[in-house]
Amino acid sequence: MVRLEHVDAGYPGEVVLRDVSFEVNRGEVFALLGGSGCGKSTVMKHMIGLNPVLAGDLTVAGERWTAKTRAALCRRIGVMYQSGALFGSMTCLENVLLPLEEFSGLKRRAREEKARSLLADVELLDAAEKMPSEISGGMRKRIAIARAMALDPEVVFLDEPSAGLDPITSSALDDLVLRLRRERAMTFVVVTHELPSIFKIADRCAMFDKARRGMIALGTPTALRDGSEDEFVRRFFNRGES
Amino acid sequence: MKLFTSIGRGWMDGLLAFHDSLAVLGETVCETLALPLRPGRFRGRDFLVAFQRAAFDGLPICTGIGFLLGLILAFESAAALRTFGVESYVADLLAIGLFRELGPLVTAIVLAGRSGSAFAAEIGTMKVDEELDALSTMGLPPVRFLVLPRTLAATFAMPILTIFVELAGLVGGAIVLKMMDIPGAVYWGNVVRTADTFMITFGLAKAAFFGMLVGFVGCCAGMRTRTTADGVGVAATSAVVGGIVSVAVSDGVIAVVCHFWGV
Ligand SMILES: Nc1ncnc2c1ncn2[C@@H]1O[C@H](COP(=O)(O)OP(=O)(O)O)[C@@H](O)[C@H]1O
Ligand SMILES: [Mg+2]
Repeated sequence: MVRLEHVDAGYPGEVVLRDVSFEVNRGEVFALLGGSGCGKSTVMKHMIGLNPVLAGDLTVAGERWTAKTRAALCRRIGVMYQSGALFGSMTCLENVLLPLEEFSGLKRRAREEKARSLLADVELLDAAEKMPSEISGGMRKRIAIARAMALDPEVVFLDEPSAGLDPITSSALDDLVLRLRRERAMTFVVVTHELPSIFKIADRCAMFDKARRGMIALGTPTALRDGSEDEFVRRFFNRGES
Repeated sequence: MKLFTSIGRGWMDGLLAFHDSLAVLGETVCETLALPLRPGRFRGRDFLVAFQRAAFDGLPICTGIGFLLGLILAFESAAALRTFGVESYVADLLAIGLFRELGPLVTAIVLAGRSGSAFAAEIGTMKVDEELDALSTMGLPPVRFLVLPRTLAATFAMPILTIFVELAGLVGGAIVLKMMDIPGAVYWGNVVRTADTFMITFGLAKAAFFGMLVGFVGCCAGMRTRTTADGVGVAATSAVVGGIVSVAVSDGVIAVVCHFWGV
């Protein structure tokens, strides 16, 4: 679904990660792991076409991000940003309605219905008329997920869905991801460093290291925890104790 | 050595900002031209909100500043003109000064301080909160959503604000002349005689152009906001400075061009 081959990730004039290669399969939950500032969001920004890769090859559903493919590819992905990135001047419902208004071609009533059913999916129907500033951080992230799902994307990217949330809310978010994958057969790419969450939702994960500027492990969470030769990977999975 | 480095870096930053603004400008022009074809895509509500904040919320301060401007202009010039016994010409001076030059200019400076900075701060905050990224990955061009409604709002707000500055300025002048025992009828008669329709419309057209500049520069500053702690503040500052500089420069160019064309 998303394939990276020998990708150098970073910003113009600054390579953050070298030679990253992995492939996210259709229908799996793939986690990007690593310490803060190691480049997880940077890799994700390449995957969602915000920044061009510095070197190597990156394809989403077999296509590279170019000026030509951009418009079509944008409609096949959904993104939830770390802060939610809801538009502050619109109510929650209008936030979810926006992509539908712009792209779905649905009639007004159908759009409303669809948006409300998305809000019901994330169990926030009663927040529909509220402004983003009036709801909590966890609720904002759930609304952002609803917005990301609006056009029935094939891949959904979630940047730190559980960061800054209490364990109960963040576990509810994990349940939401699992349920959405089950019901809609979507692919998820999740940036996270919450161990419980990784074991609960991730089918496979890629792990990056800031010091070595590269990907240091790839595999299922249990395989990495139990079978990795790498000191850093073992410490990560054993909460800092090796 | 350090001095040269920082000067060079300043120039590079300026050039880069100019380069970025040109890209945004091109996109804005395209979006504006596409507007009549697909009017449904225009963000009408964003326009109305920005327009209300720029125009109506700005009326009190513009009226106040215009009034003081007229008062001061009339007071200072009347003292000089009185030595020749022609203080009734203050009306001519005020009319020409306000309608041609000072009305649009002063209003543009106020707009840069009020709305240019606000545009930059709004868009800058959105950038820091990744809302601009969210627009891009939804396939929605930020220019159409953010720059276009705000720039148009500033463009339409400016003539309205300018009229209030000019009228308030004339009232200020009238009060000064009243104190100098010049009859109101003479004053207003002179104003009407001097200010022809062309001068007034020319001033208002200039005002609309300044509004477009201030709005656009403010939005560009917002789009270029860096995601650092002081990013939004820096963006707001550069919106005000950039807005005022671009208005002053283009006012100068317009004045020279008009001079050669004999307008
Ligand atoms: N816009 C940017 N320009 C240049 N460097 C950046 C930018 N954003 C982040 N970085 C650098 O990239 C590195 C990785 O950041 P990021 O991908 O956000 O980390 P994280 O894994 O916590 O999401 C950091 O060292 C950061 O300094
Ligand atoms: Mg991050």
